[in-house]
Formats: sequence, structure tokens, C-alpha cells
Amino acid sequence: MHELSISQNLLELALKHANQAGASRIIDITLEIGELSTVLDDSVQFYWDMISAGTIAEGAQLHFERIAAKMECLGCRHTYLLKQSELSCPECDSINVAVIAGDEFLLKSIEVETDQVAEPA
Amino acid sequence: MKTHIPVVEQILSANDQIAEQNQTRLDQAGVFGINLMASPGAGKTSTIIKTFEHLNSSLRIGMINGDLATSIDAEKAQAKGITAVQINTGGNCHLDSVMLQSALDQLPLEEIDLLLVENVGNLVCPANFMLGTHKNILIASVPEGDDKPYKYPSMYRGVDALIINKIDLLPYIDFNMGYFQKGVEMLNPGLVTFPISCKTGEGIGEWAVWLEKQTND
Repeated sequence: MHELSISQNLLELALKHANQAGASRIIDITLEIGELSTVLDDSVQFYWDMISAGTIAEGAQLHFERIAAKMECLGCRHTYLLKQSELSCPECDSINVAVIAGDEFLLKSIEVETDQVAEPA
Repeated sequence: MKTHIPVVEQILSANDQIAEQNQTRLDQAGVFGINLMASPGAGKTSTIIKTFEHLNSSLRIGMINGDLATSIDAEKAQAKGITAVQINTGGNCHLDSVMLQSALDQLPLEEIDLLLVENVGNLVCPANFMLGTHKNILIASVPEGDDKPYKYPSMYRGVDALIINKIDLLPYIDFNMGYFQKGVEMLNPGLVTFPISCKTGEGIGEWAVWLEKQTND
């Protein structure tokens, strides 16, 4: 249920950037979400539809770009994609490993409609 | 016309900014804050009360308690003499930095050395929301089962120390400590771990010594 808080944070962030650009409507929102982030796409979209109603973000489509979880073995330096909960290094079986990708939790970009040409930033 | 706006900003950046403000406020008041997370029933309040009993003579301790509803836990703590504030999240599954900010307003921070924040009982959501405390501590408990690190990796990865409570129940429950600790080691290598029992008092001393050192450093 933390998806509600996440959706609220996302809405504030998207509205801030849209207002800065003088947008009249937000059409698309692209998120970059690592596989290790505990966020459910459908749930965020569900709350999004409710809380964005009546704002310039109403009806905006959320796009989730999922980033695969990638690990690096700190022993043999082998890098590999995480499969299920098998964290250990497939090369040397070490459990001394670090996450190098998959934690992302970002608003990457928004597509907006503007009535006039936006001022360059 | 249609415009593409690159943003690349943390979705929870607003929460993180207020968390930073909370931490500055704690630092200025000389308060060391810890965020205690656990599943419901793991023994968060019991651990806080035991910790208070151990450290009461050397540290001034305050508590903030987060729950969906009721002030049972804060009242329990107050009855022991702990300066406690209750936050009711009204159904929200975690504390966030704004809730902590308003709770800090209600505490005499200048009279506190160590602030124990009891998060909402949950092994998923609290891991995503920084509060501004200095350390994140997870309390696991034996009856939850030995597979929890594998099932809730994001929680186990993000903590600075781990308490394993209810070790007095080990003889009665199929809890494989080796399997549990292997999972912890994979997710959080070298994590400092304190096996304790709030019931018998075993291990509380070691935990309290560590916490006191963290607070004074």
C-alpha cells in the first residue's frame, strides 16, 4: 500500500516539472524502476488515476522501464544478472557480492503539451 | 505542441529532503536517532522497553511510536517512564519523514540523547522511506521463520544492524539459524547481529552496549 505514497510523490514531482515548462497537460510519464524496488506497476497506475484526477496530469499514461538486477562478485569480479533469490556468484559460489544495478527508483521523463513554445532551460 | 522533458529525479526526493532536515534537527539537538523496523509482533516495543531499562541510567531516551491506530504502545512505554509520542498513520503502512517531522515537534529534543523510532510493523514499505534517523535497525524474531531474509531482501539489505528476538523459543520452533544467517550474509555482508530474548533478558546487554557506543560516538 506504499504505492499510494509513491503515487503522491510522483504526482508532485511531475506537476512541478510540468509547471516549470508551462505545460497545459501531462500526456506520458516514464519511470525507471529497478527490479529490486518493491513497487507494483498496476498498483501505482491505479492510485495514479485516482489522485491525478482534476489536475493537468489526469489521464497521463505511466510507462515503467524495468531495470534488471545486476550483481558483481567482490571475490572474482564476475558480473551477472540476478535470478530469483540465488544471490551467490555462479562462477565461484561466493556470497560476497554487491548489487550494481536494480535499485533504481526514478522519474525519468515526462511528455507534456504546451500551448506555446517552452523557454529553453 | 508536445514537449519531452527529461527529469531523472528520485521519485521520493521530497521525502528524502525532509529526512535530511530531520537529521539536521536531531544533530543540532545532540540526539542520536534510530529507526526500528520489524514485522508485527516481532517485539519492537518490548525491545525498546528492555533497552530503556538497560540504558536509562546513562542516556536520556525518547520514543516515537508509529501504528495504524491506537496509542497502546506509547502508553506502555510512558508507563515505564519513557518520553513517548504516538503517531497514528491512519492506515498508512509505514512512517515517512513528514510524520517524523511532526512527531519531533512534540518532543523535548534538548532533553533526549537517544531517540528510538518504532516504525509500523511491516517488512516491505518502511524500507523505501528514509526518516532522517542515523541508523536503521531490523528486529527479526524466531517465530517468523528462518526464510524471511530470502522473502524480504530489500528490508534486510538496507539495515545497519539486526536483532534476532525471541531466541528463548529456538528449542520449540523449526528455525535453522545457519540458513537464516546465510541469507542475511548474502544480502548484507558482515551485518552486526544481536540474538536476544526480551523474555529472559539474554543478549540485551550486548545490544545495549553497542547502542550506547553508537549514541556517544
